[in-house]
Formats: sequence, C-alpha cells, structure tokens
Amino acid sequence: MRLSTKHLLGIKDLNKEDIELILATASQFKDVLQRPVKKVPSLRDVTIVNLFYENSTRTRMSFELAERRLSADTLNFAASSSSAAKGETLLDTVNNILSMKVDMVVMRHSASGAPHFLAKHIPAAIVNAGDGINEHPTQALLDAFSMQEKLGKLEGLKVAIIGDILHSRVALSNIYLLNKMGAEVMVAGPPTLIPKYISEALGVKVEYNLKKALQWCDVANVLRIQLERQNQPLFSSLREYSLAYGINKRLLESLGKEITIMHPGPINRGVELDSDVADGPFSIILNQVENGVAIRMAVLYLLASREN
Amino acid sequence: MGLQPRGIFLSDRIVNELQLLVSPESIVYGKLDITFYRDDVRKQLHVANETDIPFSIENKNVILIDDVLYTGRTTRAALDALLDFGRPAKVELCVLIDRRFRREYPIQGDYVGLSLDTIKSQKVKVYWKEKDKRECIELLDS
Repeated sequence: MRLSTKHLLGIKDLNKEDIELILATASQFKDVLQRPVKKVPSLRDVTIVNLFYENSTRTRMSFELAERRLSADTLNFAASSSSAAKGETLLDTVNNILSMKVDMVVMRHSASGAPHFLAKHIPAAIVNAGDGINEHPTQALLDAFSMQEKLGKLEGLKVAIIGDILHSRVALSNIYLLNKMGAEVMVAGPPTLIPKYISEALGVKVEYNLKKALQWCDVANVLRIQLERQNQPLFSSLREYSLAYGINKRLLESLGKEITIMHPGPINRGVELDSDVADGPFSIILNQVENGVAIRMAVLYLLASREN
Repeated sequence: MGLQPRGIFLSDRIVNELQLLVSPESIVYGKLDITFYRDDVRKQLHVANETDIPFSIENKNVILIDDVLYTGRTTRAALDALLDFGRPAKVELCVLIDRRFRREYPIQGDYVGLSLDTIKSQKVKVYWKEKDKRECIELLDS
C-alpha cells in the first residue's frame, strides 16, 4: 500500500484507495496526539518549507504543528515579508529554498494551478495548501475524516455544501472527494454564487432554497462568504445574504431532524452562521480543526515514505 | 506488551496462560505499534496499526513480546515508542524465534522460544491459526 501520487496537488488526482489510506493513517496519528508525548520521530530526517503566498491562520499553524509532531525540520516563508515583495519569481524563490536542501514544499498561492506549475519544475514533493479557486485537498480530507468520525461512514451520506461555491476551493475539493467515496452531494446558495454547469460537470444536485437543502442533508458544510475574492458584487448586501442563506438556531429547530454543521473557518458570525449554531451541539467545527493536524501528519508521512 | 502487527498473536496466548497461573489483576496487557518510530520510513511505506495501552507504564516491569528477533531494529523502535508513554522500572524482551547472527543493534532476547542459526538469504515465517488458518514456522531458502 502506498499513495498513487508523488505530490498532493488535489483530490482530483487521488483514487479511493489513496483516500482510505490517508484517513486510516490519520486515525492512528489522532491517537498519537492524545498521548503524553504527542510526537513521533518518523520524519526526523526531512526538511519541509511552508510557502504561504496568501494569508492563513488555521492551515499554516496546522501544517506547522503536524510537521513538528512528526519531528521534521520546518522553514516558514510568508510572501509579504520576503523577496517576493521585491519581485522574485515563484520558481526562483523555490529553487533558492531547495538549494538549501529542503525535501518537501507545503504551498498556498492565490493563483490556481501554482503548485501544479511547481511540480513540473522541481524535484521536491509538493502539498497544496490551497491554490486560488481550484483545490484545498487537506481541508476536504479533514472534512471527510470529521464526517466519518461523527457519522460512521461516507458512503451514502448526504452532504450539502452551502454558500459561495463559485469562489470556493474547499467546495471543489469536497465535491471530488465525496463523489469518489460514494456520498451524495448538493450545492446550495444564491444562483450568482453557483457555477452554471456544475450539475452537469460534477454530478451534484443544485438547490437555491436553503431550507430545502437543509431538509435533504445529513451534513451541512457551510462555507465562508469570501469578500476578498469578489470583484463585482454578486449579492446586494451581507444582510440580504444572511436573511436568505444564514443558518440560525430557529431554522435548524424547524427541520424536525438533526443535522451536523461544519465550517472550514474563519466564520463570518451572523452572516453564514449564527453564533448559537456555530457554537451549538450539532456543530463539529472545532473537531475539524483538531482533526486537521492528524490529517496533515498522515499526508506528510505518506508522501515522505513514497520518496526513493 | 505485544508488538503490532504479528507479535500480538504470541502475546495474546502468553497473557491467557499467565492469567491462569497468577491473579489476573496482577498483569496488565497492552499492544504497541511502532510504525511511526521506524528508521526506514523513507525507504518503504509501513501501514500503521492500533496502539492500545489502557494503563500507565510508569514504574512497571514491562516485557515486550514479538514473534521474530532478527536485526534488532524493530526492538530498538519499540523501546523508543514505549518510552514515550512513560518511564518503566524495567524492560525485557520475549520472542518466539531468535535468528542469531546478523544482529545490527546490541539487543538480545531475555526469553527465547527457539534459537535459529540462519543466513541473510533465508526467511523465517511464523504462521498463526488465528490469522493464517495454519500454525507453523517455516524456514525458507530463497
């Protein structure tokens, strides 16, 4: 058993066995994280650079912690405080870093396809930590892990992804993954935030009515409204969005059934989720964050052992 | 303490027998997986198994149990893995088969079922009825 790919660029490139292997390995790492010594020596001869061309709190800290828990050496790079600000190209930056004997690159970039470009030009293993509006594979993996942990299985599960589907790499990675694992996927949100041919292209259901979507699903994965990625206004105001697509406690109680609430963070409280839902008993948002470290440990471990 | 994955068939039986001889509560039994402590992580992929140690090992006498002792690298990794759970009073090693010669670390069994003089090109396989539907030890020339 080994991963079929050298890099983790997207869920699109993985097969079902890869995903199962990552989830199973993550579950062992989650055990490690409950121990008195939350650290294993697996990657003590590996050096990893975290290359973040775009802001991030959760993902960067989660990767960094995962690397340290595996005993890897880590280097951090933030574009805003580096020579990228002086105009150095991506490839030059990475080649300079690699000449310092770095084995793996964890990368976030605002341009879709940036990690795929790097993968063609450098020998190191690359983990995509989010590229533009393309993919965010480790988020989809930790979402799947959290759903499986809470509900026992992925196959046959009904998952509604709600909100800004158009700009969301989390949505795309989740759709690829859930399709491969045999879950049913629905996307819901205002028509302006849902790509026109998504149903034909990805085989998902589309729903414009929030309550109907919630009534259908077992799990609601609620996305953040990404104001920074909207060049033109796609809905008239945050207040209007929140009235039509915000989830509050009253709405959840009116469904007559229990659904699991997820969110990749950071939450716009009072926009897509009210606080009484985000912090409520059906929310597994903080479990997602906890599981993120175990998932990233699994991905780094499996990619490192694939070398040679 | 049985070592995953194949030491636990031996440790299950030893623990069952021991519990008939001494009071059951005087023995605690755990299973240890050493996958993440191996020194050949980057050479080949090892799939992890469950570690189950439902007690503190602090100040206990621990016996590590495995099926075959060969290079000693697994035992070395097991010591590292074990010590992350606490500070035992004493650690000993029990193996069914000791393949003498070609040890790569200074590690010896305290309790050995059978010592075999083997060469590198040979393989030793232990089959357990619980797992393999037959029970035997094979010495294979390759």
